Amino acid sequence: MGVLGQIFVMAIGAIFIQNFVLARFLGLCPYLGVSKRLDSAFGMGMAVIFVMTMASAITFLIYKYLLVRFDIVYLSTLAFILTIAALVQFVEMVILKNAPALYKALGVYLPLITTNCAVLGVAILNITPLADGSSYNFLFATLNGFLSGVGFTFVMLAMAGIRERLALVDMPKSMHGFASGMILAGIMALAFYGFMGLKI
Amino acid sequence: MSFMKELTKGLIKENPTFVIVLGMCPTLATSTSVNNAIGMGMAATFVLVCSNIMISLIKNVTPDKIRIPVYVVVIAAFVSIVDMMMAAYVPDLHKSLGLFIPLIVVNCIILGRAEAYANKNNVLNSLADGIGMGAGFTLALTVVATFREILGNGTWAGLRIMPQTYDPMLMALLAPGAFITLGTLMATINLLKEKK
Repeated sequence: MGVLGQIFVMAIGAIFIQNFVLARFLGLCPYLGVSKRLDSAFGMGMAVIFVMTMASAITFLIYKYLLVRFDIVYLSTLAFILTIAALVQFVEMVILKNAPALYKALGVYLPLITTNCAVLGVAILNITPLADGSSYNFLFATLNGFLSGVGFTFVMLAMAGIRERLALVDMPKSMHGFASGMILAGIMALAFYGFMGLKI
Repeated sequence: MSFMKELTKGLIKENPTFVIVLGMCPTLATSTSVNNAIGMGMAATFVLVCSNIMISLIKNVTPDKIRIPVYVVVIAAFVSIVDMMMAAYVPDLHKSLGLFIPLIVVNCIILGRAEAYANKNNVLNSLADGIGMGAGFTLALTVVATFREILGNGTWAGLRIMPQTYDPMLMALLAPGAFITLGTLMATINLLKEKK
């Protein structure tokens, strides 16, 4: 299998089979919090894709050339979260300058990307040895970050689309908000389980 | 507010998971069995108590502008301690919780309590708040795990509850089961609150 083939397999895996939100339970806060409207879900998704890609690349380099080299791997959690926090701050400033409307729509969830477990999760998964003992190289770690972000955005957009219609439905009051969001996510996860058997 | 009140408010009245709705990721991911749930709850409680005390101690010397990065560093340090301790003393639990131990760093409950409580209160009350919120989180995890483990495996904390002939509902242990269980529990709690 060539490199392109491997990338294809990775894309299918990250988006459908091992989806970050529905199979790994990562990044649920923004998934449930920002998915009420399609446009803010889209903006959030783009911000997350960007942060996840950058974070994957930078944390991988830090891990390989600083932490492993000086034998301080036990500091990886600390080093990763600081990198991510700085990166999110940077993205926040860029969006505020270039797209104030989007900045307003994302609201509190933008600084919260720092505490989005999907970002730290992908950074840690990238340095964890795979099932067959091998581990990612720089290219694949970065790609993994990007594709996982795409998977996250994909389910978030689907969720936002459903919720925009769901807002018109007459539901019992106790089901409003998080309760119906959770059950909806459950049904989506069930649908995504259909991809589990996929063998490439 | 009295010490006891701080200690008990996290259990029911301000339960971090069911009422404030924070920290969803670990709640869903580690509630596959009661043992995992309690292990995760204890690890998070330890970090929460330590970080609450620490942040309350340094609140007067922390410049306001950089307080969030300071909190994150404090929390990450305690999480690294827990991670290494668990790898050394309870390797099986460490393995089954896996990724979610380092991810305690980004558990919103801990940062949330640092910002909303420990930042403004004295050490003793922050300690009580940490224990209470930690216990509330553990309780919520255990409740979710109880439903999932009994339905999906027929056991509770490893003890067989359902008769041998019970056909386990595997879905309860998988991802969809987690979402649906938590959603149903939240709807039930909302319903109970409405009735009151």
